[in-house]
Amino acid sequence: MDRLARIWDSDVAWSFRHSPIAIVAAVVALGTIFAAVFAPWLAPYNPFDPASLNLMNGFTPPGTPNAVTGQAFVLGTDHQGRDILSTILYGARISLFVGFAAVIFAMVLGIALGLLAGWRGGWVDSLLMRIADVQLSFPSILIALLIFGVARGFIPAGMREQVAIWVLIVSIGLSDWVQYARVVRGATMVEKGREYVQAARVIGVHPVRIVLRHILPNVIGPVLVIATIGLALAIIAEATLSFLGVGVPPTQPSLGTLIRIGQQFLFSGEWWILVFPSVALLALALSVNLLGDWLRDALNPRLR
Amino acid sequence: MTEPPVLSVRDLIVEFPTRRGTLRALDRISFNIRKGEVLGMVGESGAGKSLTGAAIIGLLEPPGRIAGGEVHLRGDRIDSLSPEAMRKVRGRRIGMVFQDPLTSLNPLYTVAQQLVETIRTHDDVTEAAARARAIALLDRVGIPAAARRIDDYPHHFSGGMRQRVVIALALCAEPELVIADEPTTALDVSVQAQIIDLIKEICAERGASVLLITHDMGVIAETADRVAVLYAGRLAELGPVRDVITAAEHPYTQGLMGSIPTLTLESTRLVQIPGAMPRLNEIPTGCAFNPRCQQVFARCRTERPSPIERPGGRQVACWLLSETTAEEAHGGTALEGRGPLPAL
Amino acid sequence: MEEPLLKVEGLCRRFDISRPWLNRVLEGGERQFLTAVADVDIAINRGETFALVGESGSGKSTIARMIVGLLAPTSGQIIFDGTRLDGTDGSKMRALRKRFQMIFQDPFASLNPRWRVGDIIAEPIHRFGLLKGVAVSHRVGELLDTVGLSAGDADKFPHEFSGGQRQRIAIARALSSKPQFIVCDEPTSALDVSVQAQILNLMRDLQDEMGLTYLFISHDLSVVRHMATRIGVLYLGRLVETAESKTLFRSPDHPYTRMLLDAVPDLELSGRRRQQVDGEIPNPIDPPPGCAFHPRCPRVMDRCRIEVPKPVPTASGAAACFAVESVPSPALGGLAKVRS
Repeated sequence: MDRLARIWDSDVAWSFRHSPIAIVAAVVALGTIFAAVFAPWLAPYNPFDPASLNLMNGFTPPGTPNAVTGQAFVLGTDHQGRDILSTILYGARISLFVGFAAVIFAMVLGIALGLLAGWRGGWVDSLLMRIADVQLSFPSILIALLIFGVARGFIPAGMREQVAIWVLIVSIGLSDWVQYARVVRGATMVEKGREYVQAARVIGVHPVRIVLRHILPNVIGPVLVIATIGLALAIIAEATLSFLGVGVPPTQPSLGTLIRIGQQFLFSGEWWILVFPSVALLALALSVNLLGDWLRDALNPRLR
Repeated sequence: MTEPPVLSVRDLIVEFPTRRGTLRALDRISFNIRKGEVLGMVGESGAGKSLTGAAIIGLLEPPGRIAGGEVHLRGDRIDSLSPEAMRKVRGRRIGMVFQDPLTSLNPLYTVAQQLVETIRTHDDVTEAAARARAIALLDRVGIPAAARRIDDYPHHFSGGMRQRVVIALALCAEPELVIADEPTTALDVSVQAQIIDLIKEICAERGASVLLITHDMGVIAETADRVAVLYAGRLAELGPVRDVITAAEHPYTQGLMGSIPTLTLESTRLVQIPGAMPRLNEIPTGCAFNPRCQQVFARCRTERPSPIERPGGRQVACWLLSETTAEEAHGGTALEGRGPLPAL
Repeated sequence: MEEPLLKVEGLCRRFDISRPWLNRVLEGGERQFLTAVADVDIAINRGETFALVGESGSGKSTIARMIVGLLAPTSGQIIFDGTRLDGTDGSKMRALRKRFQMIFQDPFASLNPRWRVGDIIAEPIHRFGLLKGVAVSHRVGELLDTVGLSAGDADKFPHEFSGGQRQRIAIARALSSKPQFIVCDEPTSALDVSVQAQILNLMRDLQDEMGLTYLFISHDLSVVRHMATRIGVLYLGRLVETAESKTLFRSPDHPYTRMLLDAVPDLELSGRRRQQVDGEIPNPIDPPPGCAFHPRCPRVMDRCRIEVPKPVPTASGAAACFAVESVPSPALGGLAKVRS
């Protein structure tokens, strides 16, 4: 209880309570994540169950009843008669899964390489940072596209469907580790020179232990801020790749896939197939991004 | 004494609004600086000495603000001026020397450009005349080959030389007051001695008064005429340097003087004041020093002492002195209960 | 005479401050070296406080860092209780490391902000496997008590303490492996005077109780006067004078020591007219030839501009100065004379 009270009273919590944007963003983001995680229980239909599909329901406008059961399609249906609300919930699930997994992958890789470069310095540092520079000079979506393309070439055709999502995660993660590595490297170099690290070196603590127990906890703060904004970027990257048709397989549509499908029907009048998934993607990416912005400001004493 | 003091600070209050309430960083500080006088201001970190300087020149960092009191520069009130008017006062009437010379010098301009510009905003003289004056001034502050070095950029100078340039810059508009905030703290001992001597001499030469803010009592002893001791944002003691150092009256000042190791006295143990200065949100009621004071009594815990005027032009904010004075005078000239006395 | 606890012989350290290789190749320019420490000999006896004083660039912190093993010497040797520290490895080094410790300048940087005070103090105990289980927290409580804090403070984080209290915690950490020798690198220069007095008193008490030997690094001569039994004065990486504390302050031999003493602002309000202090410390990348102090020295001779003076014995130590060599007992009055 005491601990909860202290958290409630902390500067970050206070800043949160006094930022309407952060509160709205948190509600939207957590709401979307909740709905996505519990999609199988919340969604009115299972869009991946062929048995529940009926082509007679194709292109149903929002609010129209199901031709078979009479239950209303709140957000309408697509060309195959899939409930848009349900596909969005299931799609957000995949988008979020890919986003989180890609960020965690990028973060672990970036932190590890950043700690290594910052601690060792010298040629290890130069090598890693030059690789980072080269990678930064290309748009990350191109890098992801490249890695994705190359990886697909190595995977036998039969397995592509199954591993596509993991390949996607690795592609997005590899395209995004640089910023984590740079921040961690810089912070590590600062912390390395601090006297508490020297105190540990004086008694001969093993370097690996110094890096993990002393330095890592002190450089992780800024990483979490980048990770929050990175999550929004990863979700958008996934949507972009899926929109281009190279992402997740069509049997597991993410929000990006849904938008790609929807845009075919925009000019024939079935606007809802495109608009609702797009709004969902926008709301998710924007709210996560705004949360990241708020967190950055809240943790930066200069802006307070 | 018909002439008003060069600087008069009256009941100055500086506050920092925070989400946990307003912190009072300076609480009713009053002092005067006479013409040509060097007033030292000492205190531990967080006592409010630098804040006093910043409040006088209108450079408080937000959200800090002056919440009460008045500041007069030779009779003109300057604490309520517009930022534009204050900037003029800073350029012409108050010169500033900070700890880090690089905060006062623009790295993108040569020393000549900076000096000439300041001289010309102050005096309507030609560029050539201003330059000649700048060279003379640099020469005076001890820059060798001033005529040649004047066209160098600040980073071409060593730390000590840079601080000399800053002193020249602070003095080139012939200000009435120079505020020097830890001017020698970043310098080595041997250079520090030179800078102290320079500030002292050159201000005396030009009749400028000095507010010298430092944590180093030794610097005060060598430079100042009078010294103000701050504790937790309040004035503890103010008086002539010799008196305060040799016969401090406030228990805090006594402890502070005893805790300073010196080159001449060989003591095995230093006097130590138990505890540490309270943070601004933890200042006790009554006298701010009472939890650490060896001579504390009931009144100190409830009522805050105001500076009491003592012989020799001293002021001491301590109830001990109030009672003794009252007893000695048989209640006739009891000082307690009267409002804050005017500063000297 | 007893063997000194720590002996430093011919210690040198050069830093490579050249620009990166690629820039040198493209833009030209030689490799550049900065000699931070040159030919320093020190012997510190058991139970004494040996102080190293000097201004910026004198190499005092570099020497401290070499002694505790944070920095490798370019040449020279460090001998701790008869064992050379270079070339000693493994368990033998571990046993040696347990016996010396370091206290740092900035108590706001020397404690890991994410660790609890108890864990910080216990780190050396765990590292050397001195105690296990409940005994560790018991010992931490004891140490906190020794430095004037309470055992309950072990659960707090460093930011909950003031600067002086943090330095106490740092001292408790240094004591936790029961060392004999502690290198103190400007331990009070980040503290306010009243707190400095507390820490200096504490350090003296601990020395008396535990028979510690200190190497005390400082730029503040008044503090050194208060703490040291013997003093070494450094100028641009070289030891210019060593002497017993009392002798040094009464009659300094080296002109630089004398200048330093003259420069210290003092509470003594005698209005003493000090000898004018001239010049600034030269750039250590390009020090003057011969004796590095010669451009500022009032007793400079032709020889000083060419040759580097070797230390010559004085009343209670040694001084590296040709003027002292030629006139062993200087006619110039010391500090005491000027004052009286």
